[in-house]
Amino acid sequence: MPNDSSTLVQGTLDMLILKTLDLQPLHGWGIAQRIQQMSRGVFEVNPGSLFPAFRRMERSGLLEFEWRTSENNRRAKYYSLTKAGRQKLRSETREWERQATAIARILQTVS
Amino acid sequence: MGIWKSLSAGLRGLFFKQQAEHELDDELRDYLDQATTEKVRSGMSREEARRAARLELGGMELVKENVRAASWETRLETLWADLRFGARLLRFNPMFACAAILSLALGIGANTAIFQLLDAVRLRTLPVKNPQEMARIKLDRRGSRSGNFSTRYPDFTYALWEQIRDKQQGFSRVFAWAPNQFNVSPAGEVHNVQGLWVSGEFFETLGVEPALGRLLNTADDQPGCAAAGAVLSYSYWQQEYGGRIDAIGQKLTISRHPFPVIGVTEPDFHGVEVGRYFDVAVPLCAEPVVNGEDSHLKSHVGWWLSVLGRLKPGWTVERAAAQLDAISPSLFEATLPPEYNPENVKHYLAIRLTAKPADLGVSDLRENYEQPLWLLLALAGLVLLIASANLANLLLARASARGKEMGMRMAVGASRGRLVRQLLAESLLLSALGASLGALLAHNLSQVLVASLSTQNDPLFVDLGTDWRVLGFTTGLAVLTCILFGLAPALRATSVSPSLVLRESGRGTTAGPTRFSLRRILVVAQMALSLTLLVGALLFARTLNNLATLDPGFRKDGILVSDIDFTGRHLSRDSRLAFSEELLRRVRAIPGVDAAATATIVPLSGDGIGHDILLGDTGEPQGEAPSAAFNYVSPGFFDTMQTRFLAGHDFDEHNRLGAPNVAVVNETFVNKYCQGKNALELRFRIRRMNKTSAPYQIIGVVKDTKYIQLREESAPVVYVARAQNDDVSSDAQILIRSRAPLAGILAAVKNMANQADPDADITFYNLHKMIDDGILRDRLMARLSGFFGLLAVLLAVIGLYGVISYMVARRRNEIGIRMSLGANRRSIVALVLHEAALLLCVGLGIGVVLALAVSRTAASMLFGLKPNDALTFILATASLAVVALAASYVPASRASRLDPMDALRNE
Repeated sequence: MPNDSSTLVQGTLDMLILKTLDLQPLHGWGIAQRIQQMSRGVFEVNPGSLFPAFRRMERSGLLEFEWRTSENNRRAKYYSLTKAGRQKLRSETREWERQATAIARILQTVS
Repeated sequence: MGIWKSLSAGLRGLFFKQQAEHELDDELRDYLDQATTEKVRSGMSREEARRAARLELGGMELVKENVRAASWETRLETLWADLRFGARLLRFNPMFACAAILSLALGIGANTAIFQLLDAVRLRTLPVKNPQEMARIKLDRRGSRSGNFSTRYPDFTYALWEQIRDKQQGFSRVFAWAPNQFNVSPAGEVHNVQGLWVSGEFFETLGVEPALGRLLNTADDQPGCAAAGAVLSYSYWQQEYGGRIDAIGQKLTISRHPFPVIGVTEPDFHGVEVGRYFDVAVPLCAEPVVNGEDSHLKSHVGWWLSVLGRLKPGWTVERAAAQLDAISPSLFEATLPPEYNPENVKHYLAIRLTAKPADLGVSDLRENYEQPLWLLLALAGLVLLIASANLANLLLARASARGKEMGMRMAVGASRGRLVRQLLAESLLLSALGASLGALLAHNLSQVLVASLSTQNDPLFVDLGTDWRVLGFTTGLAVLTCILFGLAPALRATSVSPSLVLRESGRGTTAGPTRFSLRRILVVAQMALSLTLLVGALLFARTLNNLATLDPGFRKDGILVSDIDFTGRHLSRDSRLAFSEELLRRVRAIPGVDAAATATIVPLSGDGIGHDILLGDTGEPQGEAPSAAFNYVSPGFFDTMQTRFLAGHDFDEHNRLGAPNVAVVNETFVNKYCQGKNALELRFRIRRMNKTSAPYQIIGVVKDTKYIQLREESAPVVYVARAQNDDVSSDAQILIRSRAPLAGILAAVKNMANQADPDADITFYNLHKMIDDGILRDRLMARLSGFFGLLAVLLAVIGLYGVISYMVARRRNEIGIRMSLGANRRSIVALVLHEAALLLCVGLGIGVVLALAVSRTAASMLFGLKPNDALTFILATASLAVVALAASYVPASRASRLDPMDALRNE
């Protein structure tokens, strides 16, 4: 476990969850693992905030779920994106890129 | 849609709670398993891996709590739990709960009832098509008119109506109408229903649809129409015809003239007059048929019509008013009554027309009752404030009792907001229960109110349906009172520091001085508000008393008025006089009748006649001629009314047409017009428009009497012998004084009249009752404000009692010490009463200032006293002080009986 793992920037957890689910439906553990992998261990997801986020996004219609049997033969809750979820991911990504470029530009100018 | 998904998921969560919880458990367990497996794979032991995974997740329960918090149904569940908890607390304190709910129900109920009335007469629009397009054409304040005024809205003569109809431009259509009582009895005693004269445009302009048959139109309203059709209101059709379809075509008689029923209006339509209803509507053109020679239709000086119209698209009321103003001169020129004298003409031509919005309909009820109703609403609002203050006080007392509990709960992690929410839920429960009970109460109360304003001759109808405004008002009141009495105590209760409370466990919580002072402020406010209400109640009670005991210049009781109308006989002037004199003779012969007389005007009936007076035998007045009120009476009138003669004597049988003209005048006439000369030597002429009479000799002076209404200043009145008047009406209005029961006299008179003329219309009423009906509004104000005043004092005194008892309980220890140091019982009582007196004085001081400001708004509704009447203020202050001190004496004497040892031991 890398020691220099960062806490997530406020508000980005939802975006990362959306991104992970863009490829395929996953269950809770899978999503946590995937975020860690994709960020190459920079981000470590606190499971305590993961589950409330699922519920919140599910209620706002971004996620849907179904119960499937997982790899180790247990009943697991698989989340996937709804249409609204996909749209949200696209708009969030655009917005993020816009902001990131802007921040990068500012940082360059200063240095 | 996201909302629907969220809603259905939430509902699922609510109804399948077990399943939802299981699923959450499964999901989390699955996560833990996977995490554990992963950690075992990376080399940990099974035990270690499990522990690490759990640590990473954080507390299972905490995560679950966070997940639940992310869904709305949980908040609902918490609210429900809070409400249940609140209900349980209330069940443990049934006395408190009952008192709270009852006082709220009374407060909210009274407010809602009055608001319901206000809503019905002031806020609701007419139930017709696009009511905002309706406007009423009126005369503005310039100029003045003379003539005969009848009906409740005597705005126009028929000639003026025709002119307006033909020359106005701002309205797509206009119509004229007038309310009138219709006698629908085919024979014998009069049976009056509420009638409407309507022009042919009436129903079409309003956009009213028939429920049955057809409604009147312009073709029905042609000049000289013989037997026009009658339209019934839906409720009259239900009530008199049992809702039968064959009612159409049946004959309805109005003053013995048959009218075929042609249709029934839709159920919601009650006319354009708010506060009244109609039973039968007939076209204007039929008025001469019904009223015969008394018809106003042909008269240029008969004012009886009201005119409304629907604005053309794009026209505003202001623009229509400007157009009406512009055409006014030509309109009044064209309708100049030939009867007018030059002075009348000058005033008549100065009149201008205007238009006012009529989306709320027309209502004299609104004009009379709007101000009293707003005032009553304000008074009821004050009562509710006092009730809320009481509840706040009780809850504050409980808040300090629950301080320890709150501190404990905060210590184990409850947030302050959560606790406040829970306490507010309890208040919400109280106010919701109070409001529901209050709404029920209001429903009955408002009906009682309307019924108490209705009289037999003037029945009211107020559509008291509960609409969104009333519902909103009640809900708003409930929420407002909940916040008023619940929020401060909730904030106080949770402002304790947990550590402090826990440290002090075992000892009674010492309430900080600030907490106690909030309760004092509440009591002071209660005292001030209840003094204001008490002052208001006394002002109105004394107004009513002044009116009821006012000497009108005659004896009110023991007089039966019977009006025998023999229009159907079509008699000449002389025969009418002879017939009515014969009727009077027969009435006087009835055993038990002490005195009887005929009079054209029954005093205080609201009717009046006014004419100009020209002093001396010849000559025209300089400028405006003085005027006087008139009454045409038979000999014996003053004896019957028991009005005292100050000089001279009554009329006798010789005062007839042809004999020299004589008159009796009242005191005010003498003071105003005789200028110190002997009245009995004075002569004057009467000018009726352009006709001036021969001189009249004053033969008697009587005491002043009230003429039109009790509240008026005395005006000059001239009495003329009825037999000496050119014009004699075709009815005999006989005032009968008797000490025997009036019911027996009534039967005898009816019997006599039936023998004399089987076709006569007979109406009876009791003079005293009629005069009492004239001060209905004052009676209502006195009763309601009295009720509110008593309620307020009761609540405020309970509040004071509560605070003083609390004070005594809090200072038990101190009182014990004082007693053991030798203080006697009297000094302990004085100590407690001193505290009460202090609160009382501050409250009363503020109350006097408040009452002075508030009572001024009621000035116009008072009679015989000023709004700052000293006696009223002294009475109110003194009685409130006595009651309040008496209430404080109870806890004071309890304190003085404390056993000092006991008080010291039990802290």
